[in-house]
Amino acid sequence: MLLQSSLASPAIGTVFWTTLIFFILLFLLWKFAWGPIMNAVKAREDMIHNALDSAEKAREEMKVLQADNEIILRKAREERDKILRDARAAYDRMMADAKEKSQSESDALVRRAKELIEREKVSAIAEVKREVAKLAIEVASKVVGETLKSDAEQQKLIERYINEIEANRN
Amino acid sequence: MKNRYLYFLILVFALLAASMQDVSAVISEDEVKSEKTEKEFDAAPFIMEHVADSHEWHILTKKDGTDVAVYLPVIIYDRESGFHLFSSRKIAHGHSYKNFTVAHEGKYAGKIVKVDEHGQHDGSKPPLDFSITKAIFGMIVASVILLWLMLALARSYRKTGISAPKGLQGVLEPVILFIRDDVAIPNIGEHKYGKFMPYLLTVFFFILINNLLGLVPIFPFGANVTGNVNVTFVLALLTFLITQFSANKNHWRHVFAAPGVPFWLLPIMIPIEIIGLFSKPFALMIRLFANITAGHIIVLSLVTLIFIFKSVLVAPVSIFFVLFMDCIELLVAFLQAYVFTLLSALFIGMATAEPEHH
Repeated sequence: MLLQSSLASPAIGTVFWTTLIFFILLFLLWKFAWGPIMNAVKAREDMIHNALDSAEKAREEMKVLQADNEIILRKAREERDKILRDARAAYDRMMADAKEKSQSESDALVRRAKELIEREKVSAIAEVKREVAKLAIEVASKVVGETLKSDAEQQKLIERYINEIEANRN
Repeated sequence: MKNRYLYFLILVFALLAASMQDVSAVISEDEVKSEKTEKEFDAAPFIMEHVADSHEWHILTKKDGTDVAVYLPVIIYDRESGFHLFSSRKIAHGHSYKNFTVAHEGKYAGKIVKVDEHGQHDGSKPPLDFSITKAIFGMIVASVILLWLMLALARSYRKTGISAPKGLQGVLEPVILFIRDDVAIPNIGEHKYGKFMPYLLTVFFFILINNLLGLVPIFPFGANVTGNVNVTFVLALLTFLITQFSANKNHWRHVFAAPGVPFWLLPIMIPIEIIGLFSKPFALMIRLFANITAGHIIVLSLVTLIFIFKSVLVAPVSIFFVLFMDCIELLVAFLQAYVFTLLSALFIGMATAEPEHH
């Protein structure tokens, strides 16, 4: 029964039509379906591939950028510290300078004042001595009168007395 | 989620309808027969009628004995009278037209033969039959559906440009990518697979859609296309031709002077290698034909159990088993399309392989 039926027997018509239909199908699908479909799928795969690649690259760049930022930040902090340190040093120096200068000025002032005072004192003493000598001569001449002849002898005598007085005072 | 249940329901109904249609056809046939002669129900002719190719598409036989059928065009070439084109209605039920009729017995059973005035086969060779038979018609329907599907897919890519796959793309793209990444590239190689892709894709989807539509029992589907040995012959022949014409020097050296084989073995090896060239596509042809035909025969056999046992009580059992078989057939439909494509790719890959450097 199986062999009698057309189940497994060759049929030229079926072969012919199958070939024809399959080739038409192959041609149409090749031209209008497989080409565009495979291209579209390929394009999308490429795009996904590229997108993943560029995302990876962006991440790398981000990492580098972050590292850079860190460095810049650290540098900035160091700079700030340095500026602060410098400022403090300058302040200290200026303060020290100012102090020193004012000290020396005041010292000089005091010194000059002392010198002045010394000089005034010496001249004052000399003045006093002269005044005292004059006064003593006037007093002595009034007291002694005309007993002494020459002024020169008188002067010599007075100086000797004064010296004696000074020696006694000491 | 909801859609998935819907598809499942549609599948179940389709499978139920499959069994139901066969049942109704058998019932009427059986009644007609039992009215005429009280002979036992013979399952074999019934099954063969459904599995084999024919010039008309029988849908059902009404209770009054008239047939509901789609009569397909008959195109024959006779060596004496040339081409003839007429409807198969004219030669149905044993009628003859222009001295042609369908032989029901003898050497040319099921084929169109020439008859004499008395309606007797004159014994001459049958004319060449280029009719649009059931298988051809089913194949055309399947091809149109496939073409429509794939053109719609190509159009959707043109329309949406590069975007995430959705809709039709989501369904068909993984299958296309599977053929490319798991069938073509591993077997043929990264550099050469491109020019074989159109053939592999076409043959895969052609077999698949014909397998699937062969499971749908409602006109215009359900023709046994991939279970027709002539159809599988053409497909296997194409694989064979592509394999041989794309074969490189290395391939032929392996056939005629296999490296490492002593020369006195060559007289044995060469015929074996040549037989091997033909046996590979021959196996392709038989595998697809036998798998699909066997599946159809099992389903039909389960249905005829009802009439062999002459009991409606067998029907639920039959329907259950038919349902089960149809699920397996669904798997087989994919599997055989895959196997045919895979082996085609393998043969092409073997023929185009570069020599290995040892």
